[in-house]
Amino acid sequence: MRSIQVEQVSKHYRLGVIGRGTLREDVHRWVGRARGRPEALSHDGDELKRGDYIWALRDVSFEVDQGEIVGIVGSNGAGKSTLLKILSRITAPTTGAVRLKGRVGSLLEVGTGFHPELTGRENIYLNGAILGMPKHETERKYDEIVAFSGIADFIETPVKRYSSGMRVRLAFAVAAHLEPEILLVDEVLAVGDAAFQKRCIGKMGEVARGGRTVLFVSHDMSAISALCERVIFLDGGRIAADGDTDATIETYLAALHGSGPEFGEVLVTPAGTSDGEPITLHAVRTMDSDGRVRGDFKSAEAIIVEFDFTRLEPIDYLRIGFELVSARGAIVFHSFHNDLSEMLPHEPTGGVERLQAIIPAGLLNGGIYQIRPFLRRHRRGSGWILRDAPGPSVHVMLNVPNPDYMASKRVGVVAPMIEWKSP
Amino acid sequence: MTHPEPQSAVWTVIRPKGRWFDLRLRELWSYRDLVGLFVRRDFVAQYKQTILGPLWHVVYPLLTTVTFTIVFGRIARISTDSLPPFLFYLSGNVLWGYFNNSFTKTSNTFVSNANVFGKVYFPRLAVPLSTLGSSLIGFLIQFAIFLGFLAYFMARGAPVDPNAWALATPLLLLPMAGLGLGGGIILSALTTRYRDLTSVVTFGVSLLMYLTPIVYPLSAVPEAYRGIVMINPLTPIVEAFRFAFLGVGTVSVPHLAYTAVVTIATLFFGVLIFNRVERTFMDTV
Repeated sequence: MRSIQVEQVSKHYRLGVIGRGTLREDVHRWVGRARGRPEALSHDGDELKRGDYIWALRDVSFEVDQGEIVGIVGSNGAGKSTLLKILSRITAPTTGAVRLKGRVGSLLEVGTGFHPELTGRENIYLNGAILGMPKHETERKYDEIVAFSGIADFIETPVKRYSSGMRVRLAFAVAAHLEPEILLVDEVLAVGDAAFQKRCIGKMGEVARGGRTVLFVSHDMSAISALCERVIFLDGGRIAADGDTDATIETYLAALHGSGPEFGEVLVTPAGTSDGEPITLHAVRTMDSDGRVRGDFKSAEAIIVEFDFTRLEPIDYLRIGFELVSARGAIVFHSFHNDLSEMLPHEPTGGVERLQAIIPAGLLNGGIYQIRPFLRRHRRGSGWILRDAPGPSVHVMLNVPNPDYMASKRVGVVAPMIEWKSP
Repeated sequence: MTHPEPQSAVWTVIRPKGRWFDLRLRELWSYRDLVGLFVRRDFVAQYKQTILGPLWHVVYPLLTTVTFTIVFGRIARISTDSLPPFLFYLSGNVLWGYFNNSFTKTSNTFVSNANVFGKVYFPRLAVPLSTLGSSLIGFLIQFAIFLGFLAYFMARGAPVDPNAWALATPLLLLPMAGLGLGGGIILSALTTRYRDLTSVVTFGVSLLMYLTPIVYPLSAVPEAYRGIVMINPLTPIVEAFRFAFLGVGTVSVPHLAYTAVVTIATLFFGVLIFNRVERTFMDTV
C-alpha cells in the first residue's frame, strides 16, 4: 500500500539577500503588469539567465510503500534537506505534488520548540503538541517517553540546564512516541552516545515493523545500511539512483570519490609519484589468470594485480604494495611485494619492470573494490613515496560454488570459501 | 507495543500553491492543545527570572496612567468628558494595551519564530492565536485593577455611571482582538518580504494611539477632524467601553457595525495572506 507519492517535484530558491530593493522591484513589476507589459522576471528562462535562482530539486519522483524504511543519501547541497522540508510541509514545492498518507512526524534537528525556561515535563507536552500530538495522547505516553529518554531524574529541571545530549534524548523520545504514519528523520543520530544511537535505530526499526514508513537522511552509511532496505541517492537535486541499499550506497560512494571507478587498467600520472624519487609507477591493471585485462570478476576467480614501474637506481628497503578498499570505504587488506620474500632484484633492469600480486579465488565478498597502490621505503622516517593514488576498481560477483546456496552478497567484509571437514 | 492500524489515515496533498479560499480552520482546530500550551509557555516563560513577575502587568498601565494624568490632564488640560482623569486614562490604557500587545506581537510572528517554523510543521496561525490568549491574560489582570479603581472612585462619590452595557464587554473585546490579530498577521506576512516594516509597526502603533480616543474623548475632537478619528475602527470600541463602565461616551450602532465589518474583513484578508505566505516564507527569511 502506498504511503508517499512524490510526483515531479522541483524546488528553486532565490539566491542572494532578499529585503531592500524588493519592494521597488515588486512595485515595478506590478506597474508593468498593470500596463500590460510582459513580466520581465517571471519566466524561468529569464530567471536562470539572471543567475538569481538555484534548483534545489528537479523533477524528483518516487513512491514509498507503507512500512518501508528508505534511506536518502547524497553530498551536501544535493537536495536531501529540501526534500524533507517539502515532505514535512515546512516549505512548498515550486512545481509538482506530494501525497502523504496519514500523520507525518519529522525529526529535522531535534529539540525544536524546546523552551529553555520550561522544565523537561513542560517541554514534553509542548514538543508533543508542536509535533501534532493531542494532550491526552501525550499524557497516556508520558511515562514511556520519560523512561525512553533516560533522564527521569531531571524531568523537573529547566531544559536550559540540560546538556545537548540530554536535550536530544528527550526530543527523540517525544518524537519516537508520536506514532506518525510517516516518520522523517534527518541526522539525529549525530548527537548522543553509542548506546542511545543504538536505541534510536532500534526504535526506528520498530516503527517500521509496526506498519509505518520511515524516511531517513544520513551521512552515516553504516546507520543507513543497518536500517534501510532501499536507498535513494540524490545528486544535484535529481535522483541519481534508487534501489537496493548496497548497490545505491556503492553508486553514491563511487560518485563521492571522484569521477567514478575506472576498471581494468589505470595509468598513474607522473604527478602521482613525488618529484626526485628514483622510482616511477606507470600503470596498475587487473587481469584474470589468462592474462586478459578485466574489471569484472567472479569471487571464485583469482584476480591478478599487475604493477608497471621503472627504477633509476637500486632502492634500499623498497616496498611496493596496495590496499584494497571496499565501496563503503573499509580497507579490506594491505599487501606488499616482499611480504613472503623479496621478489624484486636489487639492481634495476633499466627498463619497465613488472610485478604481479595474486588475490586468491574464494576470498572477496561481492561488491566494488578499489585498488590503491603504494610505494614506500621501510625503516625510514618519511617512508611514503606514493600513497592514496587511485588505482583500478574491480567489480566482484560473489559465487558460492554450491548451487543450492547462491547469494550475490554476504554479510561481512570478506566472504572466504573456507574448507569444512567431517573428521 | 501495538500500533493502531493507520487505515483511517487521510491523504495530505502538498502542492506549490494552496487554494486561495482554503482557510484550513479544521486543521487549526486539531491543534487547539498547542494553542493552549503556547499561551502557557508565553505567560510562564515571560516572567521566569524577573523580580516583579506578572506584577509588570500592574505596574505598566498604572505608571502610564499617572503620566497621562499629569501630562494630558494637569498640564495640557485636555477634556475628559467630566470624568475623573485617572479613571478616564486608565480605561483607555487598559484597552489600548490589549490591542497594542496583540498587534505588535502577532506582527512579529514569522520573524521571531523562524527557527521553529523552519524545522517543524504545524498550522502557523496557532502562534498569533496564542499571542491573543496570553495578551488576554494580561488584559484581564489590568481590567481587574481598573474595576478596583472604579469601585474606589464610586465609593468616594465620583460622577461615574457603570451600566448594563458593561455586560457586553466580551463583545467589545472580540473586535479589539480581531483587529489586533488581523492587522498583525497581515503585517507579519508582509515583513517576511519587506523587513523595514518592522520599524514602521512600532512607530505606526504609537501614532495610531493618537488617532484613537485614548488621551481625549471623541466629543472633544473638533468637528473638522472628527471624521479622521471616526474612520479608525478602534474608536467605537474605546468609546463604548467608556460608556459602559463610566457612563460617558459617544457611541452609535452604525459606527459599531462599521467596526464589526472592518474587523471581519481584516481577519478574513489576514488569514488568507497569512496562509499564503506560510507556505514559502522559509525560503525568504
